[in-house]
Amino acid sequence: MTRGLSWFSVGALSLGLAFLHGPILLVIGYSFNAGKLVTVWSGFSVRWYAEAFANAQLMEAIGVSLRVAVLSATLATIVGTLAALVLVRYARFPGRGAVVGLVYAPLVLPEVITALALLLLYVEFGWERGVLTVALSHAVLASAWVAVLVQSRLVAFDRSLEEAAIDLGATPAQALRQVILPIIAPTLVAGWLLAFTLSIDDLVIASFASGPGSTTLPMRIYGQARLGVTPEINAVSTLMIAAVAVGIVAVGLLTKRDALRGLQGGGSK
Amino acid sequence: MTARSVAWPLLVALLGLWVALFLAAPILIVFKISLAETRLARPPYTPLLVESADGWSFAGTLANYVTLMTDAIYARALARSVWLAGMSTALALVLALPMAYAVARASSTLRRALLAAILLPFWTSFLIRVYAWIAILKDEGLLNAALLGLGLIGAPLAILNTDAAVVIGIVYAYLPFMILPLYVTFARIAPSMAEAAADLGATPTRTFWTVTLPMAAPGVVAGSLLVFIPAVGEAVIPDLLGGAETLMIGKSLWTEFFQSRDWPLASAIAVLLLALLVGPTAWLEGRDARRREAGSA
Repeated sequence: MTRGLSWFSVGALSLGLAFLHGPILLVIGYSFNAGKLVTVWSGFSVRWYAEAFANAQLMEAIGVSLRVAVLSATLATIVGTLAALVLVRYARFPGRGAVVGLVYAPLVLPEVITALALLLLYVEFGWERGVLTVALSHAVLASAWVAVLVQSRLVAFDRSLEEAAIDLGATPAQALRQVILPIIAPTLVAGWLLAFTLSIDDLVIASFASGPGSTTLPMRIYGQARLGVTPEINAVSTLMIAAVAVGIVAVGLLTKRDALRGLQGGGSK
Repeated sequence: MTARSVAWPLLVALLGLWVALFLAAPILIVFKISLAETRLARPPYTPLLVESADGWSFAGTLANYVTLMTDAIYARALARSVWLAGMSTALALVLALPMAYAVARASSTLRRALLAAILLPFWTSFLIRVYAWIAILKDEGLLNAALLGLGLIGAPLAILNTDAAVVIGIVYAYLPFMILPLYVTFARIAPSMAEAAADLGATPTRTFWTVTLPMAAPGVVAGSLLVFIPAVGEAVIPDLLGGAETLMIGKSLWTEFFQSRDWPLASAIAVLLLALLVGPTAWLEGRDARRREAGSA
């Protein structure tokens, strides 16, 4: 369809996009405000970035968040890929319905439920709460998203390639390693970045799963935001927005290249 | 089929182990602890099985559920959550319908750009997006400054720390969840349907209401549930944007857990929420699963 949009559609889109982007642009804009007041513009300055970088607590929280995100993204990519492979390629096994329901449950359930349930599990097991439990909780959530991504890639995947490999004498394990994984590799990278983003962003699950010394950046921001808006939080928020934007653009490019390659016949080296 | 290989049962077993350990067990433990009593110890709840001279005995109690049923504060919080989530869902639907329709009718290049523009804020930190509204909605905030400057109001409106602010926050945070399924269903409806209606003399408005929208009903239901389910359990938005008297059940769970340190009561709230949401969640998941698996040869 190349028909032009009606004035009503253009109006709805402009208003809707302004509503979606306006508040974020305000946070970014006011992070460069010279004054301490967050609603009165008093000139351009990067002093709040300097103050944020000088804030040891914030820097420590960023360190924790990065460690948690790398760990959880890696685990989520492995588990999510495993789930997608099994659910797409292994059609029937006992309890399949329950497994599908549970793997994807964190996508829809309110985060407080997932967060509380996992925390209680750690307490029952007597596991010390810290970076590892936060990362594990994030992996449970993010693996569902990775599974969605990989599953849609596998469904679109030309299965004759794999069958050809097997016909030519490859074992299924070889076919998996040498044919399937290389082709879905860009999707796996996209899934990893997606999981990383979810982890960096999460407040609720981290609040429940963390212990002393594992306060993440969103937890630190939340603690300060409850006391009011400060230009320093605006600065840190802007850095987070920038980091996530870079990640999302990368995901977009990877999945797009992937889709193009799929159209060209799926060959990958 | 590769299912012949011995590696597959191993992979299935691994996945089963993960699901049992980190998805099924935690939910069962929530049930278990909702039957316990709170105490000052580590862990801060009583065991369900107690060993005494004459063996093991069951020490579960329904006291937490009785509290939830009898203490009016929880019934009010639940009703308020459902009401605010419902309002937010309705408002998000009204906002999303024209946007999703316009995106579905745009040329393919424009469509891709619009989808990216709609999704980008969704990937921006949820917390920061909610936090951004504090500066906009507070008494000396940007919205009041703009309205005062335009002469539309004489005195600042008190919006922050009210239910209205919570609704704004939820609509804002979850709007992309509404737009996407609507867009998908609109995009699937062949333009020839609308053209046929137009040929038969229907105005564009009439075509939309009597042909396009009814066909998009599954998208409307899916989008509404995708907003409603997380909104009912929302804890952060009512805390940051709502007032002290904005009761929402997710926030009650949070408060019982972190402030009162009453883990059994928090678990009972989680079970109540789960019971409320299990129907809609199962419907959504069934629909997604059917769609994900459609097309797999």
